[in-house]
Amino acid sequence: MIEIKITSDPKFLTIVRAMVGKVCELVECSREEENQIILAVDEACSNIMKHTYHGDPGQSIEIRCESAHDKIELVLQDCGPPVDARKIKPRSLEEVRPGGLGTHFIRTIMDEVKYEHVEGCGNILRMVKYLHRKQSGESN
Amino acid sequence: MEVRTRKVGVATVIDLKGQIDLSSSSKMRTAVLEAIKAKDASRVAVNLTEVSYIDSSGIATLVEGLQLARSKNCHFVIFGLQQAPREVLELARLDKVFEIRLDETAALAS
Repeated sequence: MIEIKITSDPKFLTIVRAMVGKVCELVECSREEENQIILAVDEACSNIMKHTYHGDPGQSIEIRCESAHDKIELVLQDCGPPVDARKIKPRSLEEVRPGGLGTHFIRTIMDEVKYEHVEGCGNILRMVKYLHRKQSGESN
Repeated sequence: MEVRTRKVGVATVIDLKGQIDLSSSSKMRTAVLEAIKAKDASRVAVNLTEVSYIDSSGIATLVEGLQLARSKNCHFVIFGLQQAPREVLELARLDKVFEIRLDETAALAS
């Protein structure tokens, strides 16, 4: 398992992406899956920064990555007030307008997405992606 | 992320370099909207050749630019997409909404 803790400053998103990318390399997922998983985690962190902490850059976000032979699990934990998971819904893509795409990306990319609030711990977002490993000879 | 704006004939080209995320998209947004709002803006081309990553905040800026450009009869085109940004546009089902060109020559000729 790999775990990092950042403050909720968007400048640290690049570090989160680098870490997730390295984990994806270690488990040998395809380049497309790697790009998608990086995007999902980045969007989830951005959502916490924007919506849970309302742009306060000094709050805590923990990111844990765990991999098994066929999946990668990512857990994000914040210390913010409870988030109503029922309100976190992807918007329709029929309407072309800016904003609201982050949740769509997360839900589309990850196979399992679960939000929970643990009293005293904050919000926990658990995301799982089942992997299609690179075929022999396939390069990134 | 680096942002540079330059004139090529009647067109304005915005060169972006690096990764576009929540920390940098406001810089991109300022450049894109300023270029479209300029008095003589008839064509704005966003150069993504050196952009290796774009998130939903960057995509939102492109959508905002497209909508503003349409309202001002300004031609808005993006070009030079690498694989990862292209996949993000596809995930958002916006790859058919934008005018996407291979390179600057094509973007300024279309």
